[in-house]
Amino acid sequence: MKIAISSAGKTLDAQVDPRFGRCAYFIVVDTETMQFEAVDNANAAAGGGAGIATAQMIAGKGVEAVLSGNCGPNAYEVLSKADIKVISGVSGVIKDVVENYRNGKYEASNKPNVAGHFGQGLK
Amino acid sequence: MIISVASGKGGTGKTLVATSLALSLKDGHKVMVQDCDVEEPNDHIILKPVITDREPVFNLVPRVDEEKCTYCGTCARVCAFNAIAVINEHVLVFPQMCHGCGACSYLCPEKVITEIPKEIGVVERGEADGISFVQGVLTIGEAMAPPVIRKVKEYSNNDYTIIRDVSPGTSCPVVESIKGSDFCLLVTEPTPFGLNDLILAVETVKELGIPCGIVINRAGVGDSKVADYCVKEGIPLLLNIPLSTDIASLYSRGIPLVEGMPQWRDSFIKLEKQIKEIVSERNSNPQR
Ligand code: SF4
Ligand code: SF4
Repeated sequence: MKIAISSAGKTLDAQVDPRFGRCAYFIVVDTETMQFEAVDNANAAAGGGAGIATAQMIAGKGVEAVLSGNCGPNAYEVLSKADIKVISGVSGVIKDVVENYRNGKYEASNKPNVAGHFGQGLK
Repeated sequence: MIISVASGKGGTGKTLVATSLALSLKDGHKVMVQDCDVEEPNDHIILKPVITDREPVFNLVPRVDEEKCTYCGTCARVCAFNAIAVINEHVLVFPQMCHGCGACSYLCPEKVITEIPKEIGVVERGEADGISFVQGVLTIGEAMAPPVIRKVKEYSNNDYTIIRDVSPGTSCPVVESIKGSDFCLLVTEPTPFGLNDLILAVETVKELGIPCGIVINRAGVGDSKVADYCVKEGIPLLLNIPLSTDIASLYSRGIPLVEGMPQWRDSFIKLEKQIKEIVSERNSNPQR
């Protein structure tokens, strides 16, 4: 099963990016084989609607869950329509996050955890 | 003449300047106040207008007939504002993000998108003691300020000296509001934050080709960097309003400065004269 984690870097040693719509990269990783792919988030600099566009892009990757620091209402709506679990409040190093996920340490959120525009203006 | 009153950051005293200017000028001029700070219009608190007219403002947002939609995804791809997402067998429209450009309905191959007017705000008109008053109010939860601002600007009239209150910052509502004015007053504080935001605001105004001048509010709290900047950039520093508990207390009680402290009236009348000179000099010498 594949999951996507918002990431500040392109490797499993990178830190989780707290933003969803405006994160730098996504690490899309197969939790069985630990094979992964780093996906550039072209929407990081979008003027508006970054969360919506990013959620659509990630939905196209066929993942079962998205893990991030924060997820706003619009992105949450798109992801839930795509039947993708949203796990927010995640931080730390990507590979530990994958490990925790495999061990069932996270619970899916049933609502967005930040208001819109959270990641805007953060560098 | 249209004078926009803007500021790089919020809370610098833009409302104080806009309302004082309007109240000081109203005896010699036909004055109109246009409050374009549609997310938080404040001038009415000081001017206390009697509103006689309300006009709703609409944005055209798409509605998809999902019975006939093939979920081809074209609408989501063409929307430059990410206001539509197509996910599995769902089309999600985010009306707050929609700019009403019509691209999605125009390009939908199945022609199953219709544009539905959605009320996003209201323009209120009235009078405040001889001042013609217009304000835009964006409905809470709506994000598209420019259509409301454009509606306010439609009431512009050459017979009036127009004082236009602009929202703080440098985003598109600010540009929309300042566009078309003859002069832009920038209200700032003499602090590092004030200066930082002021520089961005000056750049925005210059890009629009509109002359500007500075008002320093709460003069005395910070340093002289804002004044130094004005000298360096050749931007006229037109007025200093000192930090004063009397001014702050009037403001917090909703009493206009020039009524509580009438000695200020002359300063604002002089301010308008200086602005007029700058504008006419520039108009007679268009090479800027
Ligand atoms: S472009 Fe038209 S047919 Fe295609 S997904 Fe959008 S609404 Fe449906
Ligand atoms: S009208 Fe324009 S902005 Fe609104 S959803 Fe359609 S394409 Fe996007």
